[in-house]
Amino acid sequence: MPKKLYNEPSPLETRILSKRFGLENSESLATYLANDGFKAFRKAREMKPEEIIEEVKTSALRGRGGAGFPTGLKWSFVPRSSPKPKYIVINADESEPGTCKDRLLMEYDPHQMIEGILIAGLAMDAHKGYIYIRGEYRYLIDHMDRALAEAYSQGYLGKNILGTGFDFDLYTHSGAGAYECGEETALLDSLEGKRGVPRMKPPFPAVAGAWASPTLLNNVETFSAIPAIIRDGGAAFAALGTPKNGGTRLLCVSGHVNKPGVYEVPLGYPMMKFINEIAGGIPGGKKLKAVIPGGSSCPILKADECDIPMDYDSLAKIGSMLGSGGMVVMDETTDMVKVALRIMRFYAHESCGWCIPCREGTTWLRKILQRFDDGGGRHDDIGLLGELSKNMLGRTFCALGDAAAMPTISIVEKFAEDFEKRLARDRQMVAV
Amino acid sequence: MMTFSPQLEQKFAKMLTAYPEGKKRSAVVPMLIYAQDEVGSITPELIDEVARRCEVTPLQVDEVVGYYSMLHRKPMGKFHVQVCTNISCLLVGGMELYEHACKKLGISHKQVTADGQISLEEVECMGACSWAPAVEINYDFHHHVTPEKLDQLIDGLRKAQ
Ligand SMILES: Cc1cc2nc3c(=O)[nH]c(=O)nc-3n(C[C@H](O)[C@H](O)[C@H](O)COP(=O)(O)O)c2cc1C
Ligand code: SF4
Ligand code: FES
Repeated sequence: MPKKLYNEPSPLETRILSKRFGLENSESLATYLANDGFKAFRKAREMKPEEIIEEVKTSALRGRGGAGFPTGLKWSFVPRSSPKPKYIVINADESEPGTCKDRLLMEYDPHQMIEGILIAGLAMDAHKGYIYIRGEYRYLIDHMDRALAEAYSQGYLGKNILGTGFDFDLYTHSGAGAYECGEETALLDSLEGKRGVPRMKPPFPAVAGAWASPTLLNNVETFSAIPAIIRDGGAAFAALGTPKNGGTRLLCVSGHVNKPGVYEVPLGYPMMKFINEIAGGIPGGKKLKAVIPGGSSCPILKADECDIPMDYDSLAKIGSMLGSGGMVVMDETTDMVKVALRIMRFYAHESCGWCIPCREGTTWLRKILQRFDDGGGRHDDIGLLGELSKNMLGRTFCALGDAAAMPTISIVEKFAEDFEKRLARDRQMVAV
Repeated sequence: MMTFSPQLEQKFAKMLTAYPEGKKRSAVVPMLIYAQDEVGSITPELIDEVARRCEVTPLQVDEVVGYYSMLHRKPMGKFHVQVCTNISCLLVGGMELYEHACKKLGISHKQVTADGQISLEEVECMGACSWAPAVEINYDFHHHVTPEKLDQLIDGLRKAQ
């Protein structure tokens, strides 16, 4: 049966990772094999590990989980010759608000990701991998378990894969509800059966990760890009994007657009063209007010800042991030006080409580914003929100603290008038 | 000692071999959540049982329980209705939807209806942002949910009891 997609694809997409989405039984190994599946693995088998890593470097692929770290470079950090076992960990925690793409990659094309993991296994001399999937995605864990069983039954996982002498075991591992477990070292603690509290870095997971062994940890989409890179060459992938920003990526657009959905475009695709043409523009002829470009941890952009190409470096230049690819679009009717409050409620709820600036900071910011939204705001609060957030920046143990502070600073600075308007309304209410 | 359904026992047997030698502790979180689905909540006996199987102390299991939002020490309803109000859902009516659910069910965040059948939770982003507002009932996702659609879903659950 052709799969009913969650949203209609757009003719303007460049579908590399999502090219099998919507094919009949796209999740089956047979469909995968009939559509270029495992060609890359066979090719990688003939390559030296360094050549595989070199190809990934050439592709200019950068991590799709949030930070955008160059993948080839990360791969080169894993000490291949270490006498310890090496592990591959797949981050399928997908919890950054606005993000819903890893789900599709696993649902529609699980074998593409499996092939990417196997190629990483060849490059690292690793023989075990764990797919850490958020607990809320139980249907996907079951779905991946079926895909793994199919791959095992046909010799694409397990001992002596395709007669090459290479062994690899791959397992799913369920989370149980915790945003913080998406952070790579917290994820590793969770994988080891503990609370998901981040670890001190260094050592980085590449050197001492899961069970203190060298560990390669990447996002679902990062692994899913590997087969195309090895099959068609790193240079071809790199050429799709902009310099140092190789390939395509899946963008999840939500909020005030006519056609919300997940769409694959090359890095560097113009943001306004994406919003207006692929995502169908803003409903009701309303005007654009703001965009969160890559998940709720990214600094917000005002409408007049959105005329930019979407790649990591262009967004960094204007003080934001491409992040996890979760783009949230807001029209002129959006109340930024409510947006800031909802974002802070999230971070206060998800702070693991390990370090004081984050635990206290997020709670305090949430309380001020709640009071503001309830009509008890004071003029000083506007400055206080910015100042408190700035004091958190760079002073927390993991990046969750920054993730809470950055959107708040940008919202208060760029949309101070929304806060002022609330104060004026509150005063009127008192006068009445 | 507790035993689970044959399917779950089979899953657990496999799970305990998935991790490296001597690292059975890794199975703690998955085992807790799969077992909770069968037992209904994380009971003291369940903690002891998971500790025994994963070769750790009950205290080491206990401290994990409070950390993960999907693990509950008290039973939730047979149907657990989770409404997302995070940013993407908020922008297209997620908060109104949650408030509607509170009224319709006569309960609020993490409460259970008097008959123990339905519970409600306001949840964080669950990865359905592009098809918002989103609701998850037990492990089933529902996309583009309107108040009317939610009424139908809830009425359906009541009939299914
Ligand atoms: C608080 C926090 C939450 C994160 N959540 C996720 C997540 O859900 N999925 C993900 O892939 N990366 C997440 N990350 C990023 C990971 O720490 C890590 O950088 C990433 O998984 C590495 O893979 P990549 O290089 O392929 O992107 C998160 C980071 C932080 C600080
Ligand atoms: S920054 Fe927040 S989430 Fe990270 S370790 Fe500190 S308290 Fe925990
Ligand atoms: S914000 Fe509601 S599912 Fe992501």
